Amino acid sequence: MATEQTQVLGRALLTPAVALLFIWMIVPLAMTIYFSTLHYSLLDAETWSFVGLENFRYFLTDPAFLTALRNTLVLVGSVLAITILLGTPLALLLDQQVVGRSIVRLMVIAPFFVMPTVSALVWKNLLMHPVSGLFAWVATLVGATPIDWFNDVPLFAVILIVAWQWLPFATLILLTALQSQDEEQKEAAEMDGASALSTFIYLTLPHLARPITVVILIETIFLLTVFAEIFVTTGGGPGLATTNIAFLIYQQALVQYDVGNASAGGLVAVVIANIVAFFLVRIVGRNLEA
Amino acid sequence: MGQITLQGVRKSFGPVNIIKDANLDIEDGSFVVFVGPSGCGKTTLLRLIAGLEDVTGGQILIDGKNVVDVPPAKRGLSMVFQSYALYPHMSVRGNIAFGLKMAGLPRPDIDRKVEAAAATLNLTPYLERKPRELSGGQRQRVAIGRAIVREPKAFLFDEPLSNLDAALRVQMRLEVTKLQKQLATTAIYVTHDQVEAMTMADKIVVLNAGHIEQYGSPLELYERPANLFVAGFIGSPKMNFVSGEAAGEAGVATLGIRPEHLKIGKEGEGWPGTVSVAEHLGSDTFLYVDAGKLGLLTARCIGEFNLKAGDRVWLSPDPTRLHRFDKDGAVIRT
Amino acid sequence: MARKVTVRRVWVSTAAAWFFGFLIFLPILWMVLTSFKTELDAFSMPPKFLLFHWTTENYATVQERSDYLHHALNSIIIAGGSTLIAMIIAIPAAWSMAFAPTKRTKDLLLWMLSTKMMPSVGVLVPIYLIFRDFGLLDTRAGLVMILCLGNLPIVIWMLFTYFKEIPKDILEAARMDGATIGRELVYVLTPMAVPGLASTLLLNFILAWNEAFWTLNLSTLEAAPLTTFIASYSSPEGLFWAKLSAASTLAIAPIIILGWFTQRQLVRGLTFGAVK
Repeated sequence: MATEQTQVLGRALLTPAVALLFIWMIVPLAMTIYFSTLHYSLLDAETWSFVGLENFRYFLTDPAFLTALRNTLVLVGSVLAITILLGTPLALLLDQQVVGRSIVRLMVIAPFFVMPTVSALVWKNLLMHPVSGLFAWVATLVGATPIDWFNDVPLFAVILIVAWQWLPFATLILLTALQSQDEEQKEAAEMDGASALSTFIYLTLPHLARPITVVILIETIFLLTVFAEIFVTTGGGPGLATTNIAFLIYQQALVQYDVGNASAGGLVAVVIANIVAFFLVRIVGRNLEA
Repeated sequence: MGQITLQGVRKSFGPVNIIKDANLDIEDGSFVVFVGPSGCGKTTLLRLIAGLEDVTGGQILIDGKNVVDVPPAKRGLSMVFQSYALYPHMSVRGNIAFGLKMAGLPRPDIDRKVEAAAATLNLTPYLERKPRELSGGQRQRVAIGRAIVREPKAFLFDEPLSNLDAALRVQMRLEVTKLQKQLATTAIYVTHDQVEAMTMADKIVVLNAGHIEQYGSPLELYERPANLFVAGFIGSPKMNFVSGEAAGEAGVATLGIRPEHLKIGKEGEGWPGTVSVAEHLGSDTFLYVDAGKLGLLTARCIGEFNLKAGDRVWLSPDPTRLHRFDKDGAVIRT
Repeated sequence: MARKVTVRRVWVSTAAAWFFGFLIFLPILWMVLTSFKTELDAFSMPPKFLLFHWTTENYATVQERSDYLHHALNSIIIAGGSTLIAMIIAIPAAWSMAFAPTKRTKDLLLWMLSTKMMPSVGVLVPIYLIFRDFGLLDTRAGLVMILCLGNLPIVIWMLFTYFKEIPKDILEAARMDGATIGRELVYVLTPMAVPGLASTLLLNFILAWNEAFWTLNLSTLEAAPLTTFIASYSSPEGLFWAKLSAASTLAIAPIIILGWFTQRQLVRGLTFGAVK
């Protein structure tokens, strides 16, 4: 449909966006690579030297890195599990006939739109405070001792906050997928004598396999760099208990002012994210064909 | 004036040749139908004339002027799309007026022409409505109104009736033909329905895989098809083709005889066979006859014949209506 | 389902849905309630649910002492500015990819999306240093630039999908009607694309409003949007729950309302079309 004229115009119109994104990609990344090969601290900016891959070796063998990596994996894995295992039944529930469904949807969707700093502080203080928090009160009601969340199970506390924020996302995606399921296919199954459970197992679950994969990939991309929630609640602690890779790099850069090390760490994060992105782009690409 | 000529028109998308060397002379004021099976290139050819696609080679002349490098907006043609393609955010009036607005006509002139077109198409009560408030038939008429109001050199129709239900289609067929005769504007009409083609056209272009098989009046195509393809495409039910021994005896590769030219003969006269299915329509009887080596033959008889499945019949072809084809599928004229 | 959905089943589903919905919404609800309490009531144990002295003093305090409006304005300017500029850059790009596609278009689109998948923290160092050296730290302009680039891929992507949904033949009809490309854009394309443009604008405004990495690291006071402002409550003095709640309620209320209208767009924008 595009004739010669439109082709030429098209290329011109694309240029600003492509140029900007290209610069946005290349320049900072190139600088990060450059810095990662330097021994450069902002506290001592005059003396800097080229140290090659030394920073990488240091960063990757730093026990702090291993802890941060473990925390990152635990955080991402747990949030994925919670959001999907809770999101699927929730989506199924919202797909049913419910009185006042719109309002329920609003309640379920809302957490996603709350800014991370608000979520984190509200959970930390109003809910999880070991003396006056709502959870503490519920605990006393059933005769248990309130949990001191941020001292005893800090990573779990952060996981809960992040999972709460992302549950609506998973639910909404799965609900959308459920609503696009072919009704006639389900009716055919019914005519064939399938029970509700069979229909779910053999028709619905396979239909959900793809959206669940998408949810996993997209959440992973965003969860790898959880930052604000940690920043305002624990500052990475106690110790390194809630430090993930993103926070570790932040600390290196803006707390310890170790530019070289932080850059090396940044590149590690980029590599990890790229691996996940590769799979996501493949799926998106396949969809674009359709 | 709306005389259109195609000279050596070719169109390829990459390595695929959609249109292979099309040559055509369309007289001003005639109603020409492009017909053919799916994928034959009829819509592509229409879009090349419209300017919505660029030709890979050849010339398209409108009133003698080559328009191959002229954008669609400037060719002076109007198109009615299969999906009507009405502007959803404009009223019926706005839709019909749009072309005139683009041409820079003053407001009072626009209003006058729009109202005249609406009156012709019985759209006056709907002028202020939006397309989504209209039925399929009404939307179709708005699409036609939009096309006629600009008084173009030619109308281009891309399967405009295929989204309508059967009864409406028959009615609109008549209206479109009447309108075209009234306006005396050249019309090029694309359809896959050969009944539409036969009933509406002054001349028909039969396309097959990007190649123009024959260009002639409906009756010419019916009585003197140029090849196997045209013979089999025009006419419903399809022409019977007999090859093999029986054809060899007549000295040709394939014999063709239309179902309406097969008479039920007396015992022993003509080709023997057993009735496989008999369809009784009251006005006609269709017999599907298993004629052994000759294959399955279709016979159409006027009136009611009391024959049923399993009965033995003899079919004799009208010798003046036999078509002979050589091994390449071309017709042999004697 | 065609078969009868029993009344009992509807009520069971309804009860369950409301129960879980309420549970999920509870933190927000609790926060809003707390915003109307005095600090003492907010901190009291057992918690007070509805029978407390309702007051709006916190809302007043939040503005007086901490200049809430200044930060709200920053949020509006930063989120609005970055989204608008992104739209201006994205509209021609999306038009080009939707209506004048080439063999490269699909790869180009995927590449653009992949830039969104790059972790911000990976380039924290150079961005920080560039900002420092160019005097962009703690400036609204700096944040507008960064957030614009961050959201650009999503804006382009969403606009692309909306443009693709405009039936091609309506644009061709405009061309047959004598419209040049410019007039086709103005009279036909844009009016039809308005809902899509609005949705894209809305969703990305929300995403920019809630952005909490660059805003936290590149702003301190002057240009601090609400994300950074709320973050300052992480190391407070004295009782602060009620004030935190008031500030937070103000910060998120408009966004939740706007967010309600962007549900479908959310799926479209953030799953990059991988889910229909």
